[in-house]
Amino acid sequence: MNRQFLQIESLAKRFPQPGAGEDVTVFDQVSFRMEQGEFICIIGHSGCGKSTILNVLAGLDAASSGSVIMDGREVAGPSLDRGVIFQNHSLLPWLSAFGNVAMAVRARWPKWPRARVREHSQRYLEMVGLKGAENKKPSQLSGGMCQRVGIARAFAIEPKLLLMDEPFGALDALTRGLIQEALLDIWSRTHQTVFMITHDVDEAILLSDRILLMTNGPDARIAESVRVDIDRPRDRAVLHQHPAYYPIRNHLVDFLVNRSRELQGADAPASAPEEAASPRDVNPAPRWRETGPGGSRAVASPA
Amino acid sequence: MLHNQTLRATLLSLVLLVLALGAWELSISAPLTASGELSEYEQLMGASASRAGVPPPSVILAHAMDELSRPFYDAGPNDKGIGLQLGYSVARVMAGYLLAAMLAIPLGFVIGMSPLLNRALDPYIQILKPISPLAWMPLALFVIKDSSLSAIFVIFICSIWPMLINTAFGVASVKRDWLNVARTLEMSRLRTAFTVILPAAAPTILTGMRIAIGISWLVIVAAEMLVGGTGIGYYVWNEWNNLDLASVVFAIIMIGLVGMVLDAVLAQASRLVRYQD
Repeated sequence: MNRQFLQIESLAKRFPQPGAGEDVTVFDQVSFRMEQGEFICIIGHSGCGKSTILNVLAGLDAASSGSVIMDGREVAGPSLDRGVIFQNHSLLPWLSAFGNVAMAVRARWPKWPRARVREHSQRYLEMVGLKGAENKKPSQLSGGMCQRVGIARAFAIEPKLLLMDEPFGALDALTRGLIQEALLDIWSRTHQTVFMITHDVDEAILLSDRILLMTNGPDARIAESVRVDIDRPRDRAVLHQHPAYYPIRNHLVDFLVNRSRELQGADAPASAPEEAASPRDVNPAPRWRETGPGGSRAVASPA
Repeated sequence: MLHNQTLRATLLSLVLLVLALGAWELSISAPLTASGELSEYEQLMGASASRAGVPPPSVILAHAMDELSRPFYDAGPNDKGIGLQLGYSVARVMAGYLLAAMLAIPLGFVIGMSPLLNRALDPYIQILKPISPLAWMPLALFVIKDSSLSAIFVIFICSIWPMLINTAFGVASVKRDWLNVARTLEMSRLRTAFTVILPAAAPTILTGMRIAIGISWLVIVAAEMLVGGTGIGYYVWNEWNNLDLASVVFAIIMIGLVGMVLDAVLAQASRLVRYQD
């Protein structure tokens, strides 16, 4: 594993305030690292600048200060190495599901012959369970199916880093569950590095290896990095029976309800002196492996 | 239910047509006929000559059948078939309209993509847009020195604005998300223009083209009345000078029909590029 795959160093975003001289700081001192193949979720209240961080990582927005280094190179501008799944699927409505995926594949590998583009796009559409709906336009598909196409499009270009901005926010709870499963499934096959924004605590626990917690904006920080120590593959149906589940969940909810406000503007305490820039590592369920008899077996998939 | 309504609407249309034509026919076929001998005075005043008046529908219909049976005859400058005259007009409209499209759509694209150009050119567009196209005619005649080309220029100048404004608007209001998709896929500007912006703006552009063809068809009649020579506008004016009102009414109906067809063609084209967001 490449520990230095993605380094975010002291990122900050400030907006000039109309009239007043003082700039408004949305977030400051945002630093964290990502390993290759890691799935990280970031949670925080609205207005803490999560989307801005994601847009900076995507290269669609520029930070006021700080740097993003991926694979040893500084991120400047958008790139095919970083795929984005937007909040509202952002499919092109005049293209079919297949057309949307194929457009991205053609952009990624311009020299591929037609047949190869078709085969590749088709494979990813099948991975998200859209076999048979390839030729439908987005307006003929449900919101959940559109988001599946968006996922297929993002995974199909095989980016080094996949960025998701609340991809399931607009979906109803049942659809969301199904798409989370589709996402877990495609992720387990590709081991894509993913950075995802969510508002949903359960979604974060189900999907991620680590969860970054942000304090409230303005002047937001990343306060903690919570480790989700639950074996994969995870099964949504029995995840809540896992001994680590409630300790993690309670920790997250407590943070969002109370501490995200109390810590607002405070400098994040560092976990170790040599990693002064990184947020504190937290493991809310440190000893479940010893206490729970066969605890991990309970959630491991029957296969 | 829907079928039923279509049927009833068609029936109602036909009833209205029959009633209107019937009222027209009756009001005219009861003419004031001078009874008995004409006095010397009446004879001097030309009362024996057939009275000029708006002809009844039956006369117009008979005239229309006659004209439509030989639409392309050419018996000299003042006596050409209706098809020929309409052909001249449509050809002029097409020439001016296509020239305008060739300029307006690329220019509108650039204006829509550049907020700077949009602001810089906006005052000129706002001033030029409300000018009646016929106001350009004297200038066009003086500069171009050819009446037929001047008519084409007038069509050009009147159809350019709706296409320019709609293209710029359509391009400027392409969703940010779609542009971001293109950016994250590292598409070149040209490629983005053709694969994202053009299809996204196409319905708005075609709406502009549809407005423009309608205006062009309105303007060509007036323009040809001014420049003369050929075309449906000239035909109407010429028949007015001949006091042949049956031909005038017939020409009016033909202008309406051709305008409807032109509009329908563009409506069909916009159906092809329409998408549901």
